[in-house]
Amino acid sequence: MKECSLEITKQSLIADNVYRLELSGDVSEVSVPGQFINISIEGFFLRRPISVCDVCHDDNGSGNGTVTILYKAVGHGTDKLSQLPVGTKLSVLTGLGNGFYTKVSGKHPILIGGGIGSAPMLMLSKKLLSEGKKVTAVLGFNSKGDVILEEELKALGSDIEVIIMTADGSCGRKGMVTDAVRETDCTYFYACGPMPMLKAVYRETKIDGELSFEERMGCGFGACVGCSMETASGVKRVCKDGPVFKKGDILWKD
Amino acid sequence: MERLKTSLCGIELDNPIIPASGTFGYGYEFAELYDINILGSFSFKGTTKEPRYGNPTPRIAECASGMLNSVGLQNPGVDKVISEELPKLKKCFHKPVMANVSGFSEDEYAYVVERLNQCPEIGWFEVNISCPNVHGGGMGFGTDPGMAATVTKRVKAVTDKPVIMKLTPNVTDVTEIAKACEAAGADGISLINTLMGMRINLRTGKPILKNQTGGMSGPAVFPVALRMVWQTAKAVNVPVVGLGGISSAEDVIEMMMAGASAVEIGAMNLKEPYISRDIINELPEVMDKYGIKKLRDIIGSAL
Repeated sequence: MKECSLEITKQSLIADNVYRLELSGDVSEVSVPGQFINISIEGFFLRRPISVCDVCHDDNGSGNGTVTILYKAVGHGTDKLSQLPVGTKLSVLTGLGNGFYTKVSGKHPILIGGGIGSAPMLMLSKKLLSEGKKVTAVLGFNSKGDVILEEELKALGSDIEVIIMTADGSCGRKGMVTDAVRETDCTYFYACGPMPMLKAVYRETKIDGELSFEERMGCGFGACVGCSMETASGVKRVCKDGPVFKKGDILWKD
Repeated sequence: MERLKTSLCGIELDNPIIPASGTFGYGYEFAELYDINILGSFSFKGTTKEPRYGNPTPRIAECASGMLNSVGLQNPGVDKVISEELPKLKKCFHKPVMANVSGFSEDEYAYVVERLNQCPEIGWFEVNISCPNVHGGGMGFGTDPGMAATVTKRVKAVTDKPVIMKLTPNVTDVTEIAKACEAAGADGISLINTLMGMRINLRTGKPILKNQTGGMSGPAVFPVALRMVWQTAKAVNVPVVGLGGISSAEDVIEMMMAGASAVEIGAMNLKEPYISRDIINELPEVMDKYGIKKLRDIIGSAL
């Protein structure tokens, strides 16, 4: 973890209430897909933990570069964030959480994103493709206006297959991500999205995989144990021991 | 630096800054960020006899200039604290540490303190009779002078180390509880634990915290904490540790003027992980600004 002052270099509305934010500065600690950053927003006590969508490190070895996040404006804090102009400097804790483990994915992993939970799948896809794997990405949304990352993922080349699912059928295929997951012959899965989706994916997949969880956090770096979760290998902190947990470690309480 | 030195129950501190229990784990998350030996001390995560998961999540909420938590004393239990946490702690912290203990019965408080008493790395016991997030214990002992005194006596009987009783602000008159603890042999008083509060999710119409209520902390509570530390320092002769919403070197000075011999930094460690270090670094300059030569000179100046 590192506390950095990052500058807003770009901010744009990319879907209904969903913003794409680029932050530049010291991003040396941002390395693993599935990690998150924790952003301090003036006027709010708690930082906002948001997963990394992509990172670009400068070639000069300085540790500087740009980190991209996608977030949904759902409350006062994220509303305020969406109004901040280019040039604003933010205190950001970087390099938080464990991230997805790509080594174990086999030759053809499937990536499952739900809504804004699709955000980390861009960086994850790039990593897996760079390791010479084929990737299937299934992203599910409520409606056409919510769809994100479709173009960015398709632009990654011929080794990635992108399937968009919408609940109302207004874009891509009509249905849930699990409809697409059931048909797959993929080797491993990576999932991030709302809890009902994670539960459904867990239930419907016969292959092994990893799921990224969300919880209200106090600190984001393991100190307050506000975001604890019971797992098969004991009590874990979503922020520090997660947010990514292996399928075999998950215990659903209800 | 001589001018920052203070003492607490006979133990010298390089400075008055002590990260508060529940915001600093067992130290090593922060030891990755900076050398935590610059601290006066720190109070480790509240420890009970048995391992505890705590309350269901969500157990964190936000408020203006602060936060609420309903963690509920999650900890690995005293056996694991002794066998696993303290050996790790010892590697990154070489000063006397404050052992925060909690319980659900007088026997449990005495048991945990007796077990931890053998650990040489512990300088003080901070006995939490003020947790608002557990039923059948915690704050129940800290809202009744008789029970507070009984816990104090039971704990004092099993240790020779200084015993600091940590009090809750959720009472009508905190000085009554403080005086009862002092009369029962307490070596010091620390306050305040969190103020009981709640938040409701406007979309669902239900409390945000799964436990419904939680403890409020952060800069918003500072004036309340300051007032209670001042009242307590006037009422007792044992040292007082002031905590509640401290977020700057100025707050530290104010708290010491109210009568605190040392201070604890709580919620701000979570928002700004380097805050305790930064406050220590900023203290000399702020002292210069107000013509303060030594921190010892200002303790209780407002009494």
